[in-house]
Amino acid sequence: MKSKLFWLSVVLVFVLGFAFTKLSDNEFYFFAIYTILQGVIMAVAWNILGGFTGYVNFGSAGFFAVGVYTSVSLNKAFGLPLPATLIVAGIICGLLGLAAGYLTLRLKGVYFAIATLATALVFETVVNNWHFVGGAAGIFIQPPQYFFIFDNFIELLFMLMLFLAIVATAVSRYVSSSRLGMGLTAIRDDETAAECMGVPTLRLKLISTTLMGALMGVAGAPYPFFVSFVEPVSAFSLLIAVNAIAMPIIGGTLVWYGPVIGALILGVVLETATVTISSELNLLIVGIVLVAFITLAPKGIVGLVEDFRKKKGATNG
Amino acid sequence: MSTLDLILNAVVAGLMLGGFYAAVALGLSITFGQLDIVNIAHPTFVILGSFVAYILNNNFGIDPVLIGLLFMPVFYFLGTLLYRFYYVSFERTGQESLSGLAFFFGLMFIIEVILILTFGVDYRLVSAPYIGETLHIGPVDLPYRMLVPATISVIMTGAVILYLSKTFLGKTILAVSQDRLALQLMGADPVKVKRIALGIAIATASMAGALLIIIQPVEPSVGRVYIGRIFAIVVLGGMGSISGTFVAAILIGVVESFISTFYGPSWAPAVGFGILLLTLAVRPQGIFGRA
Repeated sequence: MKSKLFWLSVVLVFVLGFAFTKLSDNEFYFFAIYTILQGVIMAVAWNILGGFTGYVNFGSAGFFAVGVYTSVSLNKAFGLPLPATLIVAGIICGLLGLAAGYLTLRLKGVYFAIATLATALVFETVVNNWHFVGGAAGIFIQPPQYFFIFDNFIELLFMLMLFLAIVATAVSRYVSSSRLGMGLTAIRDDETAAECMGVPTLRLKLISTTLMGALMGVAGAPYPFFVSFVEPVSAFSLLIAVNAIAMPIIGGTLVWYGPVIGALILGVVLETATVTISSELNLLIVGIVLVAFITLAPKGIVGLVEDFRKKKGATNG
Repeated sequence: MSTLDLILNAVVAGLMLGGFYAAVALGLSITFGQLDIVNIAHPTFVILGSFVAYILNNNFGIDPVLIGLLFMPVFYFLGTLLYRFYYVSFERTGQESLSGLAFFFGLMFIIEVILILTFGVDYRLVSAPYIGETLHIGPVDLPYRMLVPATISVIMTGAVILYLSKTFLGKTILAVSQDRLALQLMGADPVKVKRIALGIAIATASMAGALLIIIQPVEPSVGRVYIGRIFAIVVLGGMGSISGTFVAAILIGVVESFISTFYGPSWAPAVGFGILLLTLAVRPQGIFGRA
């Protein structure tokens, strides 16, 4: 996609989102779209490491939850408002991503995957035992009474999430088209060969884990204000981790717009299914769709469309 | 209770706990250590085993250990089916690293959700005459609900070690991850060997599941805690060494037991993961691994 076209559509989406807050007063839509946008950020963040370099992160929920609890603790201790906790959460989770990467990325990819899973569970244990942020019982967060130029708080959160989703997508797009992205692709295809060609593999991998962690933390930071009651089970929910993997794989992991497409499609399906069927069956849908795509269409929807175009081109020409 | 008694009890409880952990880690030690298949869904198969034991025990009053044993062939068959699917979809096309991992992750999720949809999130338990009884030796308490699983686990681990080191098929399993080509030259089909090995690995999950539900009540998501724990055990023990896995299981059991006794049980889950992260950072080849 051309740069001009990209930024034009970004502005268009943002303006449309703003117009939507002024036109619709059905709060359900804002809650539903907030959840979908959260999925977009998580999917895009996961893909910066998982899709571009091929290192699987199973601990997305851990990074997300550290963002959540950074927000909770700062808000409780110093009364910091959301924008401030958002920035701090981004920095802390970025550093966490760096540390996790530094410890395990020199090993085979599978160790990194297991280590991320383990890290998430270590954090869950810590939060369960940390009474200041409510421990296992959970904690209530007072949503602010100040709405800026919006009618209510959920509209403000909705716009914030829309903004963050756009930022995440822009970052991912920049990464994939820059020298950094080329290096990451080289790592995915053949790490040893990349190293031999002078690609600083460890440094590039560390940059992408840091970016991934920071974006996931940023996705988690507004969550306590969104739900107003947080407990470890929902903050560390396995569904968050599964979604973060399923969305890019469904959309296509090889290009920056794959996870966005996957997150939008799966997000809409899940939100519709929650209302019309049941929320437990939802989980089953995610699992089955994930496995189906991995086995039948590993390049995701983007790959399917490309194959279809090629076939069409072959029959026409 | 004096501090010495407390320590003594913590050690004994840890030994028994670790003995049981060996049963859960055994299957992963085969899949991950020998076959290079990162089956993160292994604990979910263990939970499946627990629920089979729960259903048959509650409806027919059969002893859970017996159920575990009876269902080993069924789980073996499940394992061979799983390998057929895994081989056709990923291993043959060389995509096992990223896609294979995500596949097992999805599989874990699907089994867990189906269990939740069928049984709900209530804790389930089994009844057997020895559950609730305790053997007292001096100041040391040995509850049978720990002692029985630990004993059976030791027997099962011993049987697997014997099988792998004494039989031809067992030796081919040990060889398959080391040198595929050499194995083929010896007249063994690597695909068949791996299928049998994954079958055995999943069969141990049947027994491990029955042992788990003897020790504690089980609900579908209990398995997740075991992912980090058994990967910690397998990596710490050194990839591909079953006896190393056993020693590591005992070690982690004892450390967890000490943490539970002196700091509170809510910290225990972090032990395995903490040790795993440390091992990966400091000595990724494990205690008994080849450097």
